[in-house]
Amino acid sequence: MNYLIGAFKLPCNICISFADGKSRNQVPLKKENGKTVMVALFQSQESIVGEVVIEPMHGKKVEHNGVKIELLGQIELYFDRGNFYDFTSLVRELDVPGELYERKTYPFEFSTVEMPYESYNGVNVRLRYILKVTISRNYVSNIVEYQDFVVRNYTPPPSINNSIKMEVGIEDCLHIEFEYNKSKYHLKDVIIGKIYFLLVRIKLKNMELEIRRRESTGSGPNTYVETETLAKFELMDGAPVRGESIPVRLFLSPYELAPTYRNISNKFSVKYYLNLVLVDEEDRRYFKQQEITMYRLLET
Amino acid sequence: MLNGTEDEDKWLAEGIAGIQHYAFFMHRALDSNNLREALKYSAQMLSELRTSKLPPHKYYELYMRTFDELKILESFFKDDSKHGVSVVDLYELVQHAGNVLPRLYLLCTVGSIYIKSKEAPAKEVLKDLGEMCRGVQHPIRGLFLRSYLAQISRDKLPDIGSEYEGDADTVMDAVEFVLQNFTEMNKLWVRMQQHQGPGRVTEKQEKERSELQDLVGKNLHVLSQIEGVDLEMYKETVLPRVLEQVVNCKDDLAQYYLMDCIIQVFPDEYHLQTLETLLSACPQLQPTVDVKTVLSRLMDRLSNYAASSADVLPEFLQVEAFSKLSNVIGKVIEAQVDMAAVGAITLHVSLLTFTLRVHPDRLDYVDQVLGSCVKKLSNIPKLEDRRAMKQVVALLSAPLEKYNDIVTALTLSNYPRVMDHLDIGTNKVMAMVIIQSIMKNYSCISTADKVEVLFELIKGLIKDIDGADVDELDEEDFKEEQNSVARLIHMLYNDEPEEMLKIICIVRKHTMAGGPKRLPFTVSSLVFSALQLVRQLQGLEGDIVGEDVPVTPKKIFQLLTQIIDSLSAVPSPELALRLYLQCAEAANDCDLEHVAYEFFTQAFVLYEEEIADSKAQVTAIHLIIGTLQRMNVFGVENRDTLTHKATGYSARLLKKADQCRAVYACSHLFWIDDQDGIKDGERVLLCLKRALRIANAAQQMANAARGSSGPVTLFVEILNKYIYFFEKGNQQITSSAIEGLIELINTETQSDSTNPDSISDAFLASTLRYIQFQKQKGGVVGEKFESIKL
Repeated sequence: MNYLIGAFKLPCNICISFADGKSRNQVPLKKENGKTVMVALFQSQESIVGEVVIEPMHGKKVEHNGVKIELLGQIELYFDRGNFYDFTSLVRELDVPGELYERKTYPFEFSTVEMPYESYNGVNVRLRYILKVTISRNYVSNIVEYQDFVVRNYTPPPSINNSIKMEVGIEDCLHIEFEYNKSKYHLKDVIIGKIYFLLVRIKLKNMELEIRRRESTGSGPNTYVETETLAKFELMDGAPVRGESIPVRLFLSPYELAPTYRNISNKFSVKYYLNLVLVDEEDRRYFKQQEITMYRLLET
Repeated sequence: MLNGTEDEDKWLAEGIAGIQHYAFFMHRALDSNNLREALKYSAQMLSELRTSKLPPHKYYELYMRTFDELKILESFFKDDSKHGVSVVDLYELVQHAGNVLPRLYLLCTVGSIYIKSKEAPAKEVLKDLGEMCRGVQHPIRGLFLRSYLAQISRDKLPDIGSEYEGDADTVMDAVEFVLQNFTEMNKLWVRMQQHQGPGRVTEKQEKERSELQDLVGKNLHVLSQIEGVDLEMYKETVLPRVLEQVVNCKDDLAQYYLMDCIIQVFPDEYHLQTLETLLSACPQLQPTVDVKTVLSRLMDRLSNYAASSADVLPEFLQVEAFSKLSNVIGKVIEAQVDMAAVGAITLHVSLLTFTLRVHPDRLDYVDQVLGSCVKKLSNIPKLEDRRAMKQVVALLSAPLEKYNDIVTALTLSNYPRVMDHLDIGTNKVMAMVIIQSIMKNYSCISTADKVEVLFELIKGLIKDIDGADVDELDEEDFKEEQNSVARLIHMLYNDEPEEMLKIICIVRKHTMAGGPKRLPFTVSSLVFSALQLVRQLQGLEGDIVGEDVPVTPKKIFQLLTQIIDSLSAVPSPELALRLYLQCAEAANDCDLEHVAYEFFTQAFVLYEEEIADSKAQVTAIHLIIGTLQRMNVFGVENRDTLTHKATGYSARLLKKADQCRAVYACSHLFWIDDQDGIKDGERVLLCLKRALRIANAAQQMANAARGSSGPVTLFVEILNKYIYFFEKGNQQITSSAIEGLIELINTETQSDSTNPDSISDAFLASTLRYIQFQKQKGGVVGEKFESIKL
């Protein structure tokens, strides 16, 4: 908030735009202030080309020690808020020290940028990509402008994608066998499966399938784990008997899912689980959690 | 309990309110073509169906309300210009709903449009819907959901001739789908029971279950409506699969209902052709299933089918319907150890009815049924059950009704054996039924063997059976029974005297055992039956009557004497007397003087020794006089003896009036108005004079006793006798005697001591009028009467 208000006091306006801004896909991004804005979408290995327009306020001249643009990939851990860890940092010098009297346009280009991680907005962690324009000044604070953009990376379907099949149970009480057709799902995928009841001695009320996201941040003693339930999907109503087989068909598209992130820069991981929950008449819950890998399918 | 229903009503009202609430928002969304909102609110509306608090019939109310709303939703879905989403996408979209029940209702709704759109083979969509519906395992909710599925898919099955039939979709798929849905529904339905746990099956739960039975049965109905289900497919696929489910579900309510359902919904022809398969399921049902009703209905249907057209009868023979049915009944009885006797017998009744209707010509079948029933009954020590009794009666009555002829039944060797198992009371009832049947149809039992069997059958009526409680007998019932037996005896008849005699002997043998209470009823029938034979023989007269002829009137009369003798044990002297007189008359007609004399002797002996009552004596003496008068077989000596006796007895009656009347009646013994009858005018006059004396004495006695003489009726009666004999030409009766008598009567009437009596006055007046009339007639008679001066 501060720097936005400060911007009005600034002696110049800075505007960052992308060369293909009109045609490029826009995706919503939730800002720190809670507002959602549409920003440009990139993927790794793309060239980020655009221009920076600096327009001094009417009749004012801006002295500076040089203008630069940086492309930053940052991870911010909320227990260490404000402290950004840059895993990517590229700089382009736009201008040598001098003075600005009038509107000036600086084209820039970062070609085939390696952006291995996706933008992510989690409970305890944020991964973001920004373009940062800095006008360095003597004695007074630098003028800085940011432009967010989002990175998403696509992967082809995995060559090995086994089904998940498992028999679980409580002795003499409940034995089930469940099967999900894959262990790796893309974000618009459908989970197909079935739950087969081998033994039912408890009075079940219903059964549901949950999709849970487990975000772990930090390492060692400072590990924080947050689990969110993103989907609750009732599979069965009532009490089955032995031999019943209940179908599973869960469309993933309605849920806001993202790919699985494993150990991003040693800072955090985000994993997905399918949690099968059986509830009995006394509201006791019996569950079995299975990790699934989510990926963003490369559309062909 | 009251609170329970109140709560249920409250919950129902809440549910309905919820449905209306969300339906309102759904309609608004539909009006603005907002698919997302429509889906959201329809799912919420359907969530009202997730309740577990309502009993089936109230849940049904909720269901019907949502059903109507879903129809509206369906027509919205159908029109993709309104929402712009293809049916395939829609099919996915509705599956995003988080709760399984609303999701599946929506899926079924879209599924029906999906099939209609023909974008996917009907088979695939149906299969998917059927499969996905497994998600609801709650019995009531599942049943209603699947019944919704059945409802919306009914007109979209790939049946033969349907628009959904194609290369990929065959009628087999349609059948497969319905069968699958049926199986799942039945499983859910059966599970309602198991849910409640054993031992807690209350009436209410049973009731709730039966409220849902039609949802399950509906599937069978759908199956029967599928054009493509021909006999072949029914035989190979439909029936075995349905039966498999029925047998395996091991639930008595379901088994009973479904068996009945199968029998009712599929055509008779199919049943006939698959009888073996269908029946083979019966012994496998639970022991508590009311198989007898199931089988009875099946047999009812089949026999109706047989009755519908004669053309189908060969089919019955071809598939050996009877032996199959008979077989399975045996097996069912064997399998259901606990089945009450009544059940087993009811089954036999049904089978018998079936046999009688389908194979009326096969008596051996009928006998076979009875035989197997006997086998079953013989395992039961004593048949106590009233209902079982009733069934046995039904079993025995059926052939009677069918053949309208006891003769047929008599040829059934097992018939009496079944009857042996009845208790005494029922046995009597049954015997009555048999007799009534004979009466109704005027069946004539014409051989001795049959008579023997028949009497064996009705022995409950013929004699006391050991152990019978005599006190219980209702007098009126007893009379009616015995009257029926008496009537029955008249139905036994054969033209052949020899055979007839045998019949009589058999009847005699049986009736004689009947004891004093029955004899009065039966003996007279028997006697008359025998007398009829006598008269028949008489009719044959002229034929050679030799020693080798086995049947002679003489013999019969000997028999009759014995028969009537038996009445002495009762004793019933009055009846015996009458019968003796009848016999005497018959003997007279046969010209058997000695026999007739013997009968008269017996009659007189009875009169002397047994008949003490004065009224009875009066009647008896008049009977004797009447009979004797008609006798013409006697020689002078015998006749004199008898007439002498008769007049003697007449004069010795107690009351003067009776004496008088008997004596003037005796006058007829001496004047037989025949060609060669006795005409002893003198003795006639003697009798009449004696009568007059007695009348006089009576008058005087009355005077002495009461101070007034009785009416002159007796005199007038005697006057009439005078006139009769006068008219008949008895020379001893003169006109002057008549005049004198009239004079006497007139004096008597005018005397003060006589009470005026209108009846005797009128009597006299008409007597006098008769004389006048005869006078005016002219001719010989007129001349004769002219001599009487009034």
